[in-house]
Amino acid sequence: MKFETEFFNIGYLDTLSYKDTFVHRLDPRIKITVSFIFILFVVSFPKYELSALIPFFLYPVFLLAAGNIPFRAIFKKVLFVSPFAVFIGIFNPLLDTRVLLTPFGIPVSGGWVSFLSILVKFVLTVSTALLLIAVTSFPGICEALERMKLPKVFVLQLLFLYRYLFVLLDVGLRMSRARDARSFGKKGKEIKTFIKLISVLLVRSVERAERIYQAMLSRGFRGEIRVLKHHTLGLFDILFAVTAVAFFFLIKKVHIVNFVGETVSRYIR
Amino acid sequence: MSHHIVDLHDVHFRYPDGTEALKGISLRIVHGESVGIAGANGMGKTTLLMNLSGQLIPTKGEITIGEVTLSKKSKQEIRKKVGVVFQRTDDQLFMPTVYEDVAFGPVNLGLSEEKVRERVNAALAMVNCLHLINRPPHRLSEGQKRSVAIATVMAMDPDILIMDEPASNLDPKSRRQLINLLRGFKHTKIIASHDLDLIQDVCGRCVIIQDGQIAADGPSEEILSNEILLKDNSLELPLSRQYLRT
Amino acid sequence: MHMADALLSPVVGGAMWAGSLGTIIYCAKQLKEQMDEKLIPLMGVLGAFIFAGQMINFTIPMTGSSGHIGGGMLLAILLGPYPAFLVIASVLIVQALFFADGGLLALGANIWNLGIYPAFIGYPLIYRAIVKQNASNKVITIASVLSVVIGLQLGALSVVLETKLSGITELPFSTFLLMMQPIHLAIGLIEGFATAGIVVYVRSLRPDIVDNLEGVKSASSGGSLKKLLIIMAILAVITGGAFSWFASTHPDGLEWSIEKIYGKPEVPEKQNPVTENLAKLQEKTAILPGYSLPVKGAENTESGPSPWPAVDPGTSLSGIVGSFMVLAVIILFGIGIKFMRRQKAKM
Repeated sequence: MKFETEFFNIGYLDTLSYKDTFVHRLDPRIKITVSFIFILFVVSFPKYELSALIPFFLYPVFLLAAGNIPFRAIFKKVLFVSPFAVFIGIFNPLLDTRVLLTPFGIPVSGGWVSFLSILVKFVLTVSTALLLIAVTSFPGICEALERMKLPKVFVLQLLFLYRYLFVLLDVGLRMSRARDARSFGKKGKEIKTFIKLISVLLVRSVERAERIYQAMLSRGFRGEIRVLKHHTLGLFDILFAVTAVAFFFLIKKVHIVNFVGETVSRYIR
Repeated sequence: MSHHIVDLHDVHFRYPDGTEALKGISLRIVHGESVGIAGANGMGKTTLLMNLSGQLIPTKGEITIGEVTLSKKSKQEIRKKVGVVFQRTDDQLFMPTVYEDVAFGPVNLGLSEEKVRERVNAALAMVNCLHLINRPPHRLSEGQKRSVAIATVMAMDPDILIMDEPASNLDPKSRRQLINLLRGFKHTKIIASHDLDLIQDVCGRCVIIQDGQIAADGPSEEILSNEILLKDNSLELPLSRQYLRT
Repeated sequence: MHMADALLSPVVGGAMWAGSLGTIIYCAKQLKEQMDEKLIPLMGVLGAFIFAGQMINFTIPMTGSSGHIGGGMLLAILLGPYPAFLVIASVLIVQALFFADGGLLALGANIWNLGIYPAFIGYPLIYRAIVKQNASNKVITIASVLSVVIGLQLGALSVVLETKLSGITELPFSTFLLMMQPIHLAIGLIEGFATAGIVVYVRSLRPDIVDNLEGVKSASSGGSLKKLLIIMAILAVITGGAFSWFASTHPDGLEWSIEKIYGKPEVPEKQNPVTENLAKLQEKTAILPGYSLPVKGAENTESGPSPWPAVDPGTSLSGIVGSFMVLAVIILFGIGIKFMRRQKAKM
């Protein structure tokens, strides 16, 4: 079962990545760079920082909304991968019990604050990574990486992996289903059967690679592969990058949340 | 024009593990002929095609295409004349987009970017897939993949078109489109298939392979209506003829 | 186990990226010089294979829970160090993007943790040392288990080091280590046996896949440069470990040693430009200088919680109120954009 959901998930994100919106049309190099800078900003906050992180949500929210990405899809994925961060982070409240602050009279330990901080950072960084692929096709990312001087051999590796990912996932899925159809309870899922399944999958994969190689040869392949460049940096790309990074700097320097909070609190009083 | 003649002279092929797949095939195919290769599984159809396209080299005997005899050295040259469409489309479409896949051959031929673009557009137009030009291959249906695979080969402007089970896994409509497409090609065509109805519709000549040898060779009309001959070679009448029979 | 962005500091994340990128570039260079063109489709397909393979579960003996294979060591055995590292990196990149496995910053650390040790330590130093041409199944099994276990142990150690050096978690170094190592020992044993089983079985189906990539492997595994890399990696792990141990058992040792070296407990002006810039970034906003840098008065996170922050971290009442308000505005902004786009589509 898990295989199937994963399979369809990756296919779903992949489909989203080929949409046509303003965000999708931005140069992949810009999106990668800005997202990376975003993450650096987010993780640069010290461990007790919580509310200052909030304004950073604007970036992933923007990508999601402008890129027409369904919120639920991203939400479910983030939830799905959260256990590790939670698992490690949960030790903070357990070990750091000194009360740090008392909002509304309730004592809250530093450990809880840092734990929440980890969670917020987690949501910010993970959702941004997902949204990056959701608004940029994988070949687009590969093209960007090559232009950012990553070795061509490696870029080709990424492209070929991507190309045959779905094919092999399909083969694996069918093998998995075939096995499930003849397994009962735990019988059939032992490591011995697994080894045989995987080995067969491996051999089939190697044979497939050999056939692909033959196909390449039959079309004149002699060692060089040319990958097209589809993107050129435009005004909007630069504008987007500058605006985004400037925004990150701003909200890092200026504690907007506190400002808003204080203004409102004063108003209430 | 002599350079389009395909000549097989007593061709034998033995696999590294000892299997004798071809045991003396002699065949002559002239320019523009459309030949269907039929035969039960394991009889040597695919091996024959692989030899014809230069993927494999006969262990005995000779294959000559145009004036070039197939050998290790002339493999590359043969490949330029012969376009092969493989059975599994996924093996043939390995680039990130349809454009780049169809362009792969022309680029390797050393053509200029202009010329490459021309060839790609022409090839895709030929198979009615121009609208798929920027699609990634894994987002194509089986029928579309098949058509694009043909385009990747046509873009190299081959003299001879070789196809291995071109209609397998196609839905009826795609299959019909493929048949119509192939009928429109003036190239020399060599098509291996289980689909005897396809061979009937597309190929004027039919060759039956049995146990690595030619069991029959003649006009498709004759061969494919000879029920006894077909049965002897583990085949049946084409479905359309079975219906007519009653 | 995969690192997550949220547990990393920019410096540690950046450093790991530098290491991984450097290795990628180095491997690519090695391959370019002596590559068999067959490798291009093979590496890609094997990467996809690893992905698909990781989706197939098996029940772990004696626990009943299900597990899956990692595949790093298997790749090293099939392809040799340089191609294997690239394949592992590519798989992790796809995982980071499509499955949010860890994050983009942690990706650098993950590529290092899961790639360097099987490809450059496990395979050349252990597996190849034990397994020769036509080795018996038993030999393959022993070699496989050993190399996988050691590889995973080093990987787990790296995760702990990276996390501690980032200073986000309260987990004491020793406790964290004690949690990670046994788990990864178990995982390593299972994966080691599984890898061996696969190598043996594949060898029976198609011996050339396992044995005859020798041509590729021997071509790509030559060079004293590679030995240098391995030595550097080991040294890095050892020094990292020693440093961390030192820092953890001598809480003020960090400060003490800085004082001794520079004569004052403050950060010297001259630093490596990269760390300097990243440090400036952190410094400007750091209310609580973390464990990750020897910035003014580094304190330990070992014996009990960190010292009282000098400035209110912003989670007081105004912080809470402000947070919700800003969040609400952002959400409204997002909904607004989506609404506008729907209107546009209708037209």
